[in-house]
Formats: sequence, C-alpha cells, structure tokens
Amino acid sequence: MSSPNIIPRLRMQGIRKVFGPTIALGKVDLEVLPGEVHALIGENGAGKSTLMKVLSGAHAPDAGEMFLDGQVYLPKTPLEARRLGVGMIYQELSIVPHLTVEENIVLGMEPTHGPLIDRKTMRARAEEALSHFQHVDLHPQALAGGLSVSAQQLIEIGRSLAMGCRLLVFDEPTSSLAQKDIEQLFALIDRLRDRGISIIYISHFLEEIKRLASRLTILRDGSAIATRDVATTEANEIVSLMVGRSVEDLYPRSTRQAGETILSVKNLAGIAKPQDVSLEVRRGEVIGIAGLVGSGRSEFLRTLFGLDPVKSGEVTIQQQSATNTTPAARWQQGMGMLSENRKEEGLALNLSIADNITLSSLHRLGRAGVVSLRRMNENAQHWIEKLGIKCQGPTQAIGALSGGNQQKAALARLLEHDVEILLLDEPTRGIDIAAKARLYEAIDEIVTHPENPRAVIVISSYLPELFGICDRIAVMSRGILTQAKPIADITPEDVMRVATGKIEPADF
Amino acid sequence: MNLRSLLSLLGPFLALLVVYTIFGLLDARFFSPVVTMNILTQTVIVGTAAIGMTLIIISGGIDLSVGSMIALTGVFCAWLVSLGVDPTLIFLATIAFGAFCGACNGGLSVGLKLLPFIVTLGTMQVFRGLAKVTTNGTPINLPTNVTAWKPWMQGSGVPYGVWLMLVLVIFFTWMLRSTRFGRHIYAVGSNEQTAVLCGLAVPRIKILVYTIGGAMAGLAAIMNMAKSSQGDPTTAMGLELDVIAAVVIGGASLSGGVGSVVGALVGALLMTTIRSGCSMMQIPSAWTEVITGAIIVVAVIIDRIRHRKG
Repeated sequence: MSSPNIIPRLRMQGIRKVFGPTIALGKVDLEVLPGEVHALIGENGAGKSTLMKVLSGAHAPDAGEMFLDGQVYLPKTPLEARRLGVGMIYQELSIVPHLTVEENIVLGMEPTHGPLIDRKTMRARAEEALSHFQHVDLHPQALAGGLSVSAQQLIEIGRSLAMGCRLLVFDEPTSSLAQKDIEQLFALIDRLRDRGISIIYISHFLEEIKRLASRLTILRDGSAIATRDVATTEANEIVSLMVGRSVEDLYPRSTRQAGETILSVKNLAGIAKPQDVSLEVRRGEVIGIAGLVGSGRSEFLRTLFGLDPVKSGEVTIQQQSATNTTPAARWQQGMGMLSENRKEEGLALNLSIADNITLSSLHRLGRAGVVSLRRMNENAQHWIEKLGIKCQGPTQAIGALSGGNQQKAALARLLEHDVEILLLDEPTRGIDIAAKARLYEAIDEIVTHPENPRAVIVISSYLPELFGICDRIAVMSRGILTQAKPIADITPEDVMRVATGKIEPADF
Repeated sequence: MNLRSLLSLLGPFLALLVVYTIFGLLDARFFSPVVTMNILTQTVIVGTAAIGMTLIIISGGIDLSVGSMIALTGVFCAWLVSLGVDPTLIFLATIAFGAFCGACNGGLSVGLKLLPFIVTLGTMQVFRGLAKVTTNGTPINLPTNVTAWKPWMQGSGVPYGVWLMLVLVIFFTWMLRSTRFGRHIYAVGSNEQTAVLCGLAVPRIKILVYTIGGAMAGLAAIMNMAKSSQGDPTTAMGLELDVIAAVVIGGASLSGGVGSVVGALVGALLMTTIRSGCSMMQIPSAWTEVITGAIIVVAVIIDRIRHRKG
C-alpha cells in the first residue's frame, strides 16, 4: 500500500500479544500515513483495544516491532507514548473534574519554576492547544468537571496536542456525544488531519468511517484481516470481513409456525415511558422491538416485567389478566427477562455460574427451602454444554468469563426456569461474534421447540440482527410502539424513518 | 465446598495456626488444655455475634449496633433472672428481644431506604442509651444463689457456650450453602439489582438477615451475662468492631456477596489467641491493639490480592 518515498507515521509489524491461554493478537500489521485518518474496525473482542493498548504503552507486545516516523518506537507507559507523540482519546474520558481546563491540559507535564508551577507558561501552552477548537465553554480557568462531555473530550484532545502528539487515537469518540457535537468533532478531526496529524479512528459506525477515513483496517480474532480504501469498499464487504461469514449463515432460521396468542398488551403506559404500547405475541414467534436508545424500548420491557410501575393499560398472559405485577409474579407466570445491563443488573458477578443460572428457580432444586448443590451444579453443567459456555466448571465465578459467555449464562437462567415468554433486552450487545451466533441459534431453537414453542420479544439497536432473527418487528418512537409487521413487509429504511421521527408511529 | 472457598478459608486458618504455634513455642503453657479452652470460651461472645454479622455483611449490609444490642439485651436478660423467671423462658425471651432489635435495624433501613451504616450508627446510641436509662447506669448483678447460667461460660469441662457456638457455626454454614434463603443472601449482597430481576423478595431477605443478626446478639448477651454474672449497660463497648473485624479476617467482603461463617469463627479465634498470647507474654495491652489492628489490615490486603488473581 505505501509508496516507497513516504515514511509512514506509524508502522506496526507482527505485533503479538498473549494473555495466558488467550491469543489476543496473533500477528498484526498496521500502517498509518502522515495526515491520514485510518479507521480500525472489528467486532468486540477482535483485538482493537489490545492493539491500541500496545500502541499506547499500556501493554508490552510479546513480539513485533513498532516504528514512529521511521524511528523505533517502544513506549513503556502511556505517558512515555504521549511524550513520543502518540495520544489516546478514550471512550471514558480521563479528566480530573476538580482541576481547571488548563491544569487538566498540562497534567503530568506541568511547567515549573523550581518547585512552583509556572502559571504563565502553563496558560500559554493551554491556550495554544485550545486554539485548535472553537468551543464556547472552554475557558482555560473553568473547572473541568462542570463542562459538557464534548468539552471534556476537547480537553483530552488538547492535552495530547499540547504535548506535540503526531498520532491521535480516537476510541469510539462519538458514543457519548450529541449530534451537533459529533459534527464539531468531525470538523476538528478534518482540521487536525489537514495539519498533518495522523489519526486512528475506532468506530462501529460505518457512516462515520465513510465520512472521515481514507483507509480502514479490519481486525478479526486478533488478526488484521484486510486494509482497504474506504471510497472503493462496499459496506456489505466490510461486514462480511468483520464477521468472517456471510450474513445468511449468521442468522439460522428454522421453519417457524406461530401458534396461539400467549401475551397480549393493550395500551400499556408507564410513569414517563412507555406511553402507549399494544402488542400481541404468539407462541413460536420472535418479535423485534426497534428504536433509538431512549425511545422507551427498555422501559417497555421493564414495565411489562414489573420492574417499573404500570400507569395504565392491560396485560394478559395465557388468557389470564395480569397487569399489575412484580418480577417474582412474572417468573411464576412463565415470563423471564434478560437485562440490557449485564454487569449492573443481569448477573451477580462474584457468584458462581451455577448460582447465577439457578437464581430464579432454586425452589425446584429441593424441598422445604433446602437446595441440592449437586442438582444445582448438574443443571448448570447441562446449560454449559448446551450453550457452549467456555468455563472451568459450574462453580467458577461468573465475573471471570468473557462477555459472550456471561450472556449465554444469563440466557441459560431463562431456559433453566423454563419460561414461556422471554424478554431479551439487547442480548448481543458487547459480545463476540461466535457467542452471538450461538445466541441466535438458541433463540431459533426456543421458538421452534416441537412440543412447546416459546415466544421471544427482543430489543436490539442493530437492525440487521433484528431482520435476521425476528418474524415481526415493531418500532418504538418517543414511548409509542407501532404495530408489529412481518419482516417481509418492511425494510430497514422504514424502521429508521419511524425511529427517527420522520414518520409517525401510527402511520407505520 | 469448592476449591476456591476452601482456599479463602485457608488463609485465616493458617494465620491462626501460625500465631498459635508461635505463642506455644514461646511459652509451653500456651498449648495446655486450660489455655486452649480459655481461648475458645473467650471467643464465644464475639464468635456468636460474628455469625449474625457474617450474614448481614454477605447481604451487603453492616450492623454497628451489635455491641449496644448486647448491652441492652444483656440488661434485659439479667433483669429477668433477678425476677426469678424460668431459665428456658429467659433464653427464648432474650433471643426474641435481640431479634426484635435487629428487625428494627432491618426494617428502618429497608422501609425508609436508608444506608444500614447510618441506621445502625443511630441505633447503636439508642440501644446503649436505653440500656443505661433502664438501669440508671448501674449493672444488675445476678442473685448469688442462681447457678443455672454458670456452666454456659464457666466451670470445669467444655462450657455449653462453646458447644452452642460450634453447633451454630455448623448450622449456619449449612444454611448459607444449601438453603434457598442462604443462596438468596449471597445473591442480594452480590448484586441487589440481579436479585430483584430474578424475583427475589429482597426487602424480606434483608429484614430477616438483620433479625437473625439481632437474635445472635441476644444469644451473645446471654453468654456475656453468664460470664460476668451481671447485666452491665456499659458492657461490650466497641465490640461491634471486633465482630466486624472477625468477619472480615474470615474472608468476607464489605461490599457484599462474599463471606463464610467458619471464616468468621476463625477470625474471632485469631483475635482471641493474639490477646491471650500477648497477655500471657505480658506484652502491654497497647501493643496487643497494634498487633490486632495490623492483622486486620494484612487480612484485607491478602483478600485484595486474592481477588485480583481470581
């Protein structure tokens, strides 16, 4: 790719990193040119963050070499990496809230007169760094903690610029920004690029990459699969390269047969959201709930499950009226929920896999309140094998597992309880592609079970996934749910138009 | 019991063994049955209270009022004795009174959604104050002709209190491990939101745990009275810290979800052993405090390291 006359800004060659039995990075090559925005994409767990940690000096590579502007580059700490010219802008911003903007910018490299901070030089440097941005909030003496997220992000960028960084790494920088701030950030990245600063841009969003980057490198399973020119590469090709298989193989679909109505929701409303939800769910169906984050999708499931209070409306489960409820009652009625917050809500992380899987159904594991630990572990072992949960055994703490295996165990809780209606809130968020494929298979099996087909309601922000696994899809917009339509009758574009408010939910 | 929990018990147990052996090598009297029995007997009060505290800490709570609770229920117990009430009835009434005090702690913190640290900081003063108010600040001495309580903590042979403590440790170890309620306590402490999601009766579990904690405090108060032959409103000052320390040395995490009753017993034994040993060596009591404190800090550091590996 590189022309022989240009010395690349960064060259990583044969980078390898192993954690115990896990090969995080096999043998990765990456090359970034001066003044280039280079996108780095890949599924979670593909090795992006490990590669960037090697680049930033947080991890030492087990093998391989790095060159910065032709010089051997081997930082031992993130601070040294910044001194050498590589700055990282992380998703979780690392600003010190109780210091001022300028103090944050020079943090760790404060200019001094003997033991005292040289305020004049500090101010000059901070102002020089801030001159790259036109941001109203960004007064050098303002307290950093009081600023908006986008302004705090600029402080981070300013910190790297003040140190003279020639290569900036942006790790999903838009994930916590509002739309107008995203535009400003993109304009800033363009300006930085024009000044010859190289940028590695990590993102899941192909649109952002199309807008910003000239080349992209795809990581999969710890290897750099391909480097392409953004302008000439189709989105589908990128996705196939990322997941390593074609889209049809990813979403298994047995012949589905919708049976009798098992759940009926009429005009359900919660305290703030949802405002109006009506939905009929039949056995043997997967219903998808699309919509933007904050549209009330999760609140709908939480209200339905008794975690949030019901304001009005009706819920009928298997012909029994069951509107006001608690989670305990819902489990008894045969409904189970998988939370979108796996770590905060879904799992008790320092308990064992077996504990987590059987937590809602301990009453089945013995009489009079006594629990048979043998049966508990046996049942857990059954699901470990069935769902392919990679672990040392049922008594291992669940916090030690990867996200994908944790999520399989979270789903196993619903299966162990043998619920009839499964509410799944973002079941595949943040997990690797192999685990996703396993979950899709499990969902397909649940609804096509020959004797007892269950019903599934699944929320996802990823439309290809919804279209891949669901039979019908409804869209949530500002707390109002559209009717659920068969996937053959709608397109992803229709869904997005409702989700973004271009079409009223009633007109879907 | 799986390997992991066995290992986490091994730490404090080894520490106990090492400390015991060191003192024994320094002074052979330490290995004598009398001294060993003395250590066991002196552990009964903290050990019994630590059983309840273990449950509370595993559930993610804390009870700072346990020392005051022992004083208040102890005064109540001694008062019943002085009235000549039947010993069995006294036993049950004192435990019930302790359970009531514990239920107050649990009910307040659950019902009003207050931090248990703050609630029990308050009730610590309330219980202590009530003990003093009801007795005008003077201990209630047991009538000299009452001998029913002696064998619980004094006299020849193994005092009943030691047996009772050991039986309770075995019972609660089993309860935590093998009953639904026990597993639920761990779940609530490990992640309360998960417990709610899974349909557990979280408020009931919490109140019950504090109630059991109170009942154990009541039992500890009976043992305390049997030992000193009086109900003293100023007894067990600061005992809550010993109790919490025993639980933490025994491998429990103050953030909940982790802990064992056997560990707490070992922790309590470790502290008594150090105190007995130091007093036998005639080490000034101020140094005993320094050593005990250092052991607590070391226990917490070891716990950190273990968790980082796990």
